[in-house]
Amino acid sequence: MALRKPPLYDVYAADASFTDFGGWEMPVEFDSIRAEHAAVRESVGIFDVSHMGEIVVRGSDGTALMQRLTSNDVTRLSPGESQYSTITDESGIIIDDTIVYRLPGEGDAEYLFVPNAGHDEEIHRRWVDHRDEWGLDADVDNETEAWAMVAVQGPDAESTVAKTTETDVASLSKGDVVDADVAGADSLVARTGYTGEDGFEILCSTEDAEAVWTAFADDCTPCGLGSRDTLRTEMGYLLSGQDFDSEDEPRTPYEAGIGWTVALDTEFVGRDALAEIEAEGVAETFVGLVLRERGIARHGYDIVADGEVVGHVTSGTMSPTLGEAIALGYVPTSLSEPGTELSVVVRDREKRAEIVSTPFIEDH
Amino acid sequence: MFEVPEDRKYLESHEYATTDGETATIGITDFAQDELGDVVFVELPEVGDEITQHEEFGVVESIKAVSDLYAPISGTVTAVNEALFDQPELVNEDPYGEGWLLEVEVADASEFDDLLGPEEYREQTE
Repeated sequence: MALRKPPLYDVYAADASFTDFGGWEMPVEFDSIRAEHAAVRESVGIFDVSHMGEIVVRGSDGTALMQRLTSNDVTRLSPGESQYSTITDESGIIIDDTIVYRLPGEGDAEYLFVPNAGHDEEIHRRWVDHRDEWGLDADVDNETEAWAMVAVQGPDAESTVAKTTETDVASLSKGDVVDADVAGADSLVARTGYTGEDGFEILCSTEDAEAVWTAFADDCTPCGLGSRDTLRTEMGYLLSGQDFDSEDEPRTPYEAGIGWTVALDTEFVGRDALAEIEAEGVAETFVGLVLRERGIARHGYDIVADGEVVGHVTSGTMSPTLGEAIALGYVPTSLSEPGTELSVVVRDREKRAEIVSTPFIEDH
Repeated sequence: MFEVPEDRKYLESHEYATTDGETATIGITDFAQDELGDVVFVELPEVGDEITQHEEFGVVESIKAVSDLYAPISGTVTAVNEALFDQPELVNEDPYGEGWLLEVEVADASEFDDLLGPEEYREQTE
């Protein structure tokens, strides 16, 4: 199957190296992951995240459909607000995580939500099938191919975005979304991101993507998925398909440490199973680890306690901020307290590691 | 264009060995460090260990990748670049100089005949 290319591909193709991510050919690195990471922590960087899906739900039963297919409570959203949520199956296993935006405007609530790369078709089908089964009045459109999305992230993001639009972006609270003209393009500007820094995600039509990207070219360091991964790992944020995956790493929101996205007082697919799990407690828990010996823990490496394999690493890297090897993974809940000493097996050798609380970096 | 010094020979897997005497300095090429990106960790044998041509002798890790290292030449390790344990980025900054990996006492100088010359290696990376 041919890889999908983001609309900005030709704009930066000569400046980046690429990787297949979720079926998309995406820039993994422009100059250096370390330099891109530092730009986002210290000033501002821009990412093309057009591989993320966009599904739009409109109509009189739009809220009911969203409420029954996502774990969080969408009725808490006013127009122009967003929430982090999960999409679970009947047994409470996470199919995907997502940001649900309730779009600005009066009348019937309209939602745009963002499934992860490569999940858009599956999730769209899920929404359409359930709508039909439940006889709800809602339009569900997979608009992934129509939208481009860039993320402007870092402590200087606010002043940088403010230069490109008349709209008052400074007054947006975290999670807010507004309609705005950005560099001449009709856009949605949301104060969201995946880096742990202040920042904005800007959605515009694919035709306008180059104008928007170019408007930030002078002020922002272009960043690829490599630094996006190190930034989110330092925050302990989950990566869909890696830290949870309905087939390879089936996990509930409670195991994955995001039980706060589960509104048990709402009715949604997976709710009853999750209510039981919440009452019983989970056997395994998502934790952060720091290696205390030289080495790097990577996805799939075993976690060992007293010579027994007790868990595994789902994400791991060298933290550019800390200069330490950090990892995320699942361990028995009884071994999940910060300070617990374990080992990670790196190429057949046990390396001492310690459970730490996340985020790994301070002041975030 | 990547730098390919004339005073050494190369493996297809992007390691080099210097050729000016009974000892050889081993490292990875400019092309290799660029492909890997920011190097954050190296795992190397110890002084006194034997390495064998075409066989793995260590690992170099960048933020995005883990790569096995293959020996361009057989020999006994006489020195390890311990500076890399604290400053693995030297591999990126100066792969043919301060970013060297090992020094070995060459076991069989005829093995150099199996390696690529600078011109052949350069063609491979273009």
